[in-house]
Amino acid sequence: MRNRAKFIHRNLLSILIIVATVLIGTSFSPAVSAGNLATDSLRSDLVRVFMFQDYNTRVVVTGTTLLGLAAGLIGTFLVLRKRALLSDTLSHATLPGIALAFILMTLVSGDGKQLLPLIIGAAIFSVLGTLSVLAIQRFSRLKDDAALGIVLSVYFGLGVALMGMATRMDAGNAAGLSSFIYGKTASMLFSDALLIAGTALVAAIACILFFKEFSMVCFDADYGMTQGWPVARLDFLMMALVILVTVIGLQAVGLILVVALLIIPAASARFWTFRLRNMLWLSGAFGALSGFVGSGVSALMANLPAGAVIVLTASLFFIFSMVFGSARGLLHIGMDRLRLGRKIMDENLLRDLFEWSETNPNEGTPGIEISALKHRRSWTQSALKKTIRRLHRQKTINVYSENRVNLSKSGRLAAFEVVRRHRLWETYLITHADVAPGIVDLSADRIEHVLEPELIRQLEEKLEAETKEKLLSSPHTISFTGADGHRTPKMTR
Amino acid sequence: MAHTRKTAGSKKNYTQAQAPLCVKDLTVAYHRKPVLWDIDLTLPEGQLIAVVGPNGAGKSTFIKSVLGLVPRASGAISIYGKSYESQRHLVGYVPQRESVDWDFPVNALDVVAMGLYRQIGWFRPVNKNHRKKALDSLEKVGMANYAYRQISQLSGGQQQRVFLARALAQDARLYFMDEPFAGVDAATERAIISLLKELKSVGKTCVVVHHDLQTVPTYFDHVVLLNMRLVDAGPVETVFNEENLKKTYGGRLTLLTHALNEYAKTPQFPSNTD
Ligand SMILES: Nc1ncnc2c1ncn2[C@@H]1O[C@H](COP(=O)(O)OP(=O)(O)OP(=O)(O)O)[C@@H](O)[C@H]1O
Ligand SMILES: [Mg+2]
Repeated sequence: MRNRAKFIHRNLLSILIIVATVLIGTSFSPAVSAGNLATDSLRSDLVRVFMFQDYNTRVVVTGTTLLGLAAGLIGTFLVLRKRALLSDTLSHATLPGIALAFILMTLVSGDGKQLLPLIIGAAIFSVLGTLSVLAIQRFSRLKDDAALGIVLSVYFGLGVALMGMATRMDAGNAAGLSSFIYGKTASMLFSDALLIAGTALVAAIACILFFKEFSMVCFDADYGMTQGWPVARLDFLMMALVILVTVIGLQAVGLILVVALLIIPAASARFWTFRLRNMLWLSGAFGALSGFVGSGVSALMANLPAGAVIVLTASLFFIFSMVFGSARGLLHIGMDRLRLGRKIMDENLLRDLFEWSETNPNEGTPGIEISALKHRRSWTQSALKKTIRRLHRQKTINVYSENRVNLSKSGRLAAFEVVRRHRLWETYLITHADVAPGIVDLSADRIEHVLEPELIRQLEEKLEAETKEKLLSSPHTISFTGADGHRTPKMTR
Repeated sequence: MAHTRKTAGSKKNYTQAQAPLCVKDLTVAYHRKPVLWDIDLTLPEGQLIAVVGPNGAGKSTFIKSVLGLVPRASGAISIYGKSYESQRHLVGYVPQRESVDWDFPVNALDVVAMGLYRQIGWFRPVNKNHRKKALDSLEKVGMANYAYRQISQLSGGQQQRVFLARALAQDARLYFMDEPFAGVDAATERAIISLLKELKSVGKTCVVVHHDLQTVPTYFDHVVLLNMRLVDAGPVETVFNEENLKKTYGGRLTLLTHALNEYAKTPQFPSNTD
């Protein structure tokens, strides 16, 4: 529960920033290119499109947004099932279906360009493409990638040839078919948009309904089978939804780019969360926003193909997520590493100061010299300085005039905790893991900073007898004077 | 050697109707290459049963074919006297750890809850009760504190325990475990073996693929020696001997003699190692 709250808290802001950035970005970029004269009409265009004033635009934008939502949702499962390349192949395999449907409809009714038959043709061929891949995998020794490559190119080649025939039959109408390759919402009819919106909604609902079942099939299909789930049928349903979203996405995004709408939102969402449910929602949101922006911009500027804008928007989200993602974003990982590094340095310094005060119990001395601290570990000059400054700022240490430092009152408490953990771990290593006392300090050093509270509790339990007096004495000699003990070489180095 | 197939099950006096697992004439082939030949086997109830054999002997394949994950070329399988399909709910499966992608975006509790999906049924989400049950299973394998940890951040031994917890959540009567001891440290091994003993004490049957011959006599009651054919199967005391091991493993004897020497040092079958 707390995890979820934290997740929402952490991500809400970022999501808002994304939305704002994109909206501002899209409203500025056309303004720049259009120049000053057109600014007024452009502003009214903007308002018209994004405020949904124009009924037709409203329907097209809604349809494409829903398409993005559905693609983001089913795309999550597609990516987790590791079938991203298969979806690329099956979207390319739709081309001969589109061309054949067009030719047939031209012969039958004289008008080849009707969305429903074209979509059905596309769907049939993408199923055929998938079956071809399965057949090659099954009956030949070819590797999966080769099978996918062969099917993709053969079907696409066939499609290009059939497109040539279609153009010869009815050049005027066939030209419109290019929107199925590159994606163009401008040519979308009201009824087309309605069909797309309805289908996308169904696909989205199916993803939510089958959440538990799909996630199990993606994670461990074999186990699902032993549990009596119809894994093959669930798998088929998943692929059917992918095909459905692909074919209804053809007109808006185009068959070359539709795969991006399926994969990129899911891949972006992965950077923000470790939870499948959150990933699903985020991916859906990324997809929907991409669809919204893409179709909006393309309604604004007729010669900008929607497919390209949608995919570019999605990839903006991707780049943003890769950098800023709160779970796996590069910045996050980098910050974590930095923070851990600092924590280790802070704790080391605290421990050294504490152990120094243990060996020098007389309160009169105004602390240890910084140079003595420096020799105790392999500090670099700047790292030590920075750590001292950091701890000073936190008021855990006092810094005196002639380069001497000691622990403040609150610092003592923090240091006590650090030392306790260190000694627990050392003692554990010696008593239970057979590490010689001489090297135990080093091994403890490496691990103690990442000990979890749970492990500390277990250690305490295990070492209950020894921890009665709260702070164990160090299992090895501590020396600041270089008189004896294993630290001596370090002091002189 | 090729003709000395023993029908280990037939010489026992378990009535086959009650046996947790009864296999008759099982043959399994991958791409027309037979991996298991004519396996006849009846396993006793309420015992810890080791399946041993060299790499590639078909141990995993044996379990998978029993569970219907690999098609059988021939043969019949019954679980507690009925077909596997009708007894699925009584059978728990702990696959080899490498069989899934541990980078999947779920936490340990989510994985364990998968053992309850069947109980939960279609479309219904995992609710508080189910989560509580899953947490209980995690507790049993000593992993309750890792319930909300993303599975990629678990160590190999911890992942193995999560898989065990998932099978436990299902509350089966017969468990198949594929190398649960692979790549775990001594502490986890002890935790797993005490879990197995606990399962045994409440009357469950565990069939465990095991690679460490030295621990077979101490951990298990019953052993199945497998190498494409069934070499022998029966109580450890009677079938876990040099001759059978030689038949199972062929020439690699140094290791075996060592294992047997170890075994000889413990005159009685130890009922509890901990
Ligand atoms: N999917 C597969 N396709 C083709 N051959 C396979 C497949 N899986 C296993 N085999 C072959 O079947 C034989 C038995 O494999 P199996 O995995 O059952 O062995 P195992 O006893 O579990 O070995 P290990 O101890 O290494 O786990 C091996 O020769 C292997 O090459
Ligand atoms: Mg195996």
